[in-house]
Amino acid sequence: MANGSSAEAAVTGAVSQVGVGRLHRGTAIALVILGVVTIASLWVLSVDQRLIYLISYLWFGLVYGILLQYGRFCMASAVRDLFSVNVPRMAVGVMIAVMLYSLTAAAVTAAGVSPFHPHPLGWHILIGSAIFGFGIVFAGGCASGSLYKAGEGNGGSMLVLLAISFVQAWFVSTGTWSNGLVPSSWAESAAAKGMPAQLSVTDGWFDQFMAGYIWDLSGTNVASMLGMGGTAAGAFIGNALIGAIIPSAVIILVLYAVYFRKGYLRRAGLQPGNVSWQQEAYGVWAMLTSSKKTAFAGLGLGAFAGLQMWVVGGLRDKYQIFNFGELLHKMGYNSGLSMQNTVFDPGYWYITTQEAQFGGWVMKHLGGNFDDTIFFGLENGLPNPLMNAPLLMSLGIILGAAMISLVNKEFKWKRPNLETAVFALAGGTLMGIGARLALGCNIGAFFASATNGDLTGWIFLAGMALGSYFAVRVMNWWLERKSAKEMDLDLDNM
Amino acid sequence: MSVKFEKVNEGEYVLDVTGYVCPHPQMYTKKVLGKMKSGDFLDLVFDNPSSGESIESMCESEGDELVNKADEGGTFRWKIRKL
Repeated sequence: MANGSSAEAAVTGAVSQVGVGRLHRGTAIALVILGVVTIASLWVLSVDQRLIYLISYLWFGLVYGILLQYGRFCMASAVRDLFSVNVPRMAVGVMIAVMLYSLTAAAVTAAGVSPFHPHPLGWHILIGSAIFGFGIVFAGGCASGSLYKAGEGNGGSMLVLLAISFVQAWFVSTGTWSNGLVPSSWAESAAAKGMPAQLSVTDGWFDQFMAGYIWDLSGTNVASMLGMGGTAAGAFIGNALIGAIIPSAVIILVLYAVYFRKGYLRRAGLQPGNVSWQQEAYGVWAMLTSSKKTAFAGLGLGAFAGLQMWVVGGLRDKYQIFNFGELLHKMGYNSGLSMQNTVFDPGYWYITTQEAQFGGWVMKHLGGNFDDTIFFGLENGLPNPLMNAPLLMSLGIILGAAMISLVNKEFKWKRPNLETAVFALAGGTLMGIGARLALGCNIGAFFASATNGDLTGWIFLAGMALGSYFAVRVMNWWLERKSAKEMDLDLDNM
Repeated sequence: MSVKFEKVNEGEYVLDVTGYVCPHPQMYTKKVLGKMKSGDFLDLVFDNPSSGESIESMCESEGDELVNKADEGGTFRWKIRKL
């Protein structure tokens, strides 16, 4: 008996050692990543404490990456899975995040430290977001989703990131060849702006799109529309309640009625014609909590996105700056600043612009010239990636997602096959072009906008949904064609 | 690397979509489940974590039962019983 017990204990010990060994391997690598990021952050702060501005972006990125991967939080899934597999899980998660972020953003606005500026309203949003929405179905993820999936070891998502980065850099610097595509009204308006000659704003499609079209548009938020701009009531009632929470609640009810209710009533044993409003309310609650991971991630993202606005706003107050470029200039880092001594520094969660900067920075070092572009030369600059705060946030997302997927044993290097590689590059290309036309992606142009009372965010979502709808139809056609060739689905004769 | 779908026994099928990202795994799973008969089992193999969350929601919505979930080193092996 004693021998049996010891043998059993030995086996149990061996098994648990194997288990512990496996757990330790993933967790150990995650801890190494965390340790390297921590030591690097402390070293940077020892060089100059003002670089806390830079480091704060990195750490918010880490938190976003952890939450995104944990909740499988991908906004491509929010629209695509509705049309392809009738699943509202992610759309619900996004609406939860929007509602909470709108409240935290309102608190930051009421405190007077919000860095948010409304986007200009125009047709470019609908057109750009539709192209972006078409691309995300083929890319297999949205802008933020592709970052966290790259952190899971997904090679296809890494290709998406490369495509987004380099295509944007190319698109914003389109040269003389594209002038024939510019409407004359844009060219005239751009020329009338009296910009410095070195910007050559009348040369190239994107520059004239910016100077001749975008700069003539204006944006606002719900609080200002209601005459409550700059007040706490305007932030909470106008921007949060009317601009974000009510639209989100309506979308949640539509999602319940169209996608969830039928299955819920069947599982609850209820007849569709005989359901009380309390039972319907339980149904809505069941939908909201059906994926606890997604709901938790939505709440976390909403809270941290607001916190980031508060932190960055506070740091700008502390250092008496409006843009990180000013701080870099004060510290003597002038390389890569725009001609206004600015860099891209939204002050809140953003994805695609810093990816364009990465692509542009690499292309510049391969001999490209971007100094005469509005996007890089005048507005965003081309800083060294290590001094690019939003780009470090994107790196943080990748590392955060890698850490939690390693801990949860979900990390796996996945090399794309030809099909997924082509889809990734094509999808990433469309995402890059769409994001630049719409002046942002699912994060900057939708999530951060709709939650700050900027109704252009909802237009972006509508366009993204429209583009995804058509892309799902194309994807369905592709899968039908492929499965007819490669799979035997005649189950009766298998 | 391609999608593999095989019948292993009467009423038992295997769908292997490892290497594919969203939306391929969930769309193939929906397609295959749509062809199967009530009570049939599907062994689903995939390695894209976010597809799992969507497939779980899809099964809940359609009433299909997730009989078993095994996750090993980033590869997921789930058994689904069609309603």
